[in-house]
Amino acid sequence: MSEKNPFPNEKNSGHVWDDNLRELLNEPPTWWRIGFHLSWILVIVYTLVYPSWPMLTTHYKGMTGWTSIGEYREDMKDLKKIRAKYEDKLPNMSAAAILADEELSNYSVSAAKVLFGDNCSACHGAGGSGNIDYPILADDDWLYGGTIENIVQTISYGRKGFMTAQASTLSETEIDELATAIYSGNPTSTSLFTEKACFACHGMDAKGMHAMGSANLTDGIWRFAAKDQLASIKYTIKHGINDTSDPKTRNAEMPVFGSKLDENDIKKLAVYVHKLGGGQ
Amino acid sequence: MATAKKNQQDQESIDKLYEESIHWHVNTGDETIHAKRVPGIFRNLKHVGIMTWVIFFFGPYLRWNGRQAITFDIPNRQFHFFDITILPQDVWMLSLVLLFLAILLAVVTSVAGRVFCGYFCFQTVWTDMFTWIEEKLEGNPGQRRKLEKKPFLQRKLHIKALKHSIWILMGMLNGITFTLWFGDAFDIWIQFLTLKATPIAWTAVATFAIFTYLFAGFMREQVCLWLCPYARIQGVMLDTSTILPTYDFHRGEPRGHLKKGSSNNDQGDCVSCNQCLAVCPTGIDIRDGQQEGCITCGLCIDACNLVMDKIDKPRGLIRYMSLDELEGQELRPLYKRPRPIIYALIMSIALAGIIYGLTHLGSLELRVIHERQPLFVTLSSGEIQNRYELKILNKTEKRMYIEVQASGIDGMKIHGNEKIFSAKPGRLTSHTLFIKVAKNNLIKHRQTVNIVVTDRDNKEHSASYDSMFFSP
Ligand code: SF4
Ligand code: SF4
Repeated sequence: MSEKNPFPNEKNSGHVWDDNLRELLNEPPTWWRIGFHLSWILVIVYTLVYPSWPMLTTHYKGMTGWTSIGEYREDMKDLKKIRAKYEDKLPNMSAAAILADEELSNYSVSAAKVLFGDNCSACHGAGGSGNIDYPILADDDWLYGGTIENIVQTISYGRKGFMTAQASTLSETEIDELATAIYSGNPTSTSLFTEKACFACHGMDAKGMHAMGSANLTDGIWRFAAKDQLASIKYTIKHGINDTSDPKTRNAEMPVFGSKLDENDIKKLAVYVHKLGGGQ
Repeated sequence: MATAKKNQQDQESIDKLYEESIHWHVNTGDETIHAKRVPGIFRNLKHVGIMTWVIFFFGPYLRWNGRQAITFDIPNRQFHFFDITILPQDVWMLSLVLLFLAILLAVVTSVAGRVFCGYFCFQTVWTDMFTWIEEKLEGNPGQRRKLEKKPFLQRKLHIKALKHSIWILMGMLNGITFTLWFGDAFDIWIQFLTLKATPIAWTAVATFAIFTYLFAGFMREQVCLWLCPYARIQGVMLDTSTILPTYDFHRGEPRGHLKKGSSNNDQGDCVSCNQCLAVCPTGIDIRDGQQEGCITCGLCIDACNLVMDKIDKPRGLIRYMSLDELEGQELRPLYKRPRPIIYALIMSIALAGIIYGLTHLGSLELRVIHERQPLFVTLSSGEIQNRYELKILNKTEKRMYIEVQASGIDGMKIHGNEKIFSAKPGRLTSHTLFIKVAKNNLIKHRQTVNIVVTDRDNKEHSASYDSMFFSP
């Protein structure tokens, strides 16, 4: 940078490099200046129209009164209008009728995905894939029946299974024998099944009864699935299910959703669950 | 006698050459460039380039099979191109088209510089049309400059008003034409004329009108020099083999004014008439060498050739020439230059992709999503069940009735194909399918299943997809 300005008659900043490279003090082009002034004017106009400046306790609200939550509500209204075409039909239809209608059941499935995620998937897993000690909803084994009406019933009023703890009535060897027979898928092969009145709940053929929610003991699906399934069966026989007299009893309770969700949501959910793969 | 008179006329026209010779420099928008129009090859070429825009203005009125031949139907998410309908699922082809065009621009630039700018770019084309109107109304560049210097009230207000109205009308026509591509042209015209067009359409027209008026009417070369992004990146595509309008300084220098009646032998061929500057739409001096501001329109070549004719010198003092040629080397043939070859290669790949896409646009498309939660379930019968979500896209304009088949595993049972279901035209239809297999039929942890969907009414409309069957 040279000290003396070699171009004294030129509008330059006096900064010169490499003999003749210098910084000029020319005005920027007119269009550029216009653009610049337009930009800050736009900023002012924008802050006048929209909520902007912070004040001590609140903020400036803007001339149009626009808020993002207001816009969100407007959008939701629009969305409701679009959905109304389907939503208006749901209240007058039974879940079974919705299921039978291709368009409405597709709508219900897409709407129920979110409901299922919010209310059901914590226990039953995403897509009804089940969890440890919680039933899989995608298979066809239904303790209380898998018709659409059964499912509506289950969601609305909840379910609470019951099995008496047998630790005091059965000996260790009896438990072993019974559990092994159940594990092999053939519970009736032991006389204990009838002697100890297991049939009262599980039925003469051990296939369970939907009315009571008793399990089908002949299929390969376990309500309480475990790595060591035989041990798990023994545990259930010993401590029962929801038997308050045994502190080690298994818990199996489906909460009541009738008070939490409205009827249409329950119908949608039922259609969704029914369509997960095992609906009957 | 006749020759003497002709000589005198020649001499007069040579003297006139200097009338417009004033000092020029690159301007940053504070002065308006009034480019002179001279006839010549490149002027004609520019007209050819301008004519390609006729397609833009008349394209929307083309009809084909009872509808607009080319439509970008945004609300229905379809693009019609004559018989071909392209749906969002085929949008990868658009990427290939864009790649093709971008590389085409690059290859053209590396061969002949900013020719796109000079002949086809809407900015220079619209500017050319705007200044043509200006010339018709306000006279030649000299008269226009004088007019500019007059005080405001004397600036022939009515002529100016007429000029600006025409400019704005052109801008609006530009905007309206743009909107016509997105729907039925005649309907949209009616909507505009009855003032019932959508706010988006009005905004488009307003935006186009304002920016056409501003850019082609006022900013002109400023857009090419300071706003256009292409101006910034073209440099990397050029090399010393690129041909550009170039001033042959070996021949032209030292330049000097032509003295009356004498031919000066120690002078070069350039007679400092500044005609090349006077015609340049970006207002640059090509004699300073090849430069960024040059849009390679070649108009200076036309201008200089006219001068050379007048002073009886060979044409081509300014000509399309590469720096190599300027240094006396041969122009390298295209096939020996890696740059165009690589560009051409990419272009052919893109083109091949586009052709493949266009010829393989099926009428039915199938995608199968295997349910992952759970991957499989065991049923009470002991069978394993997998769940699949079929996404069926009907690309025709008729409703289809779909049959589903699946194969791949011995003894598999399909559930969910009992009923024929319908697929709406141009829409994606979802359908759930279950496959059950008895445990003893499963050989592997994962087995391939093939799912086929067919249109009941036209078996040629069919699509297949390979998915997986999972088991414990
Ligand atoms: S220098 Fe010549 S080719 Fe370049 S923009 Fe000007 S007139 Fe066109
Ligand atoms: S290059 Fe040609 S047009 Fe330009 S000043 Fe020289 S003679 Fe005139």
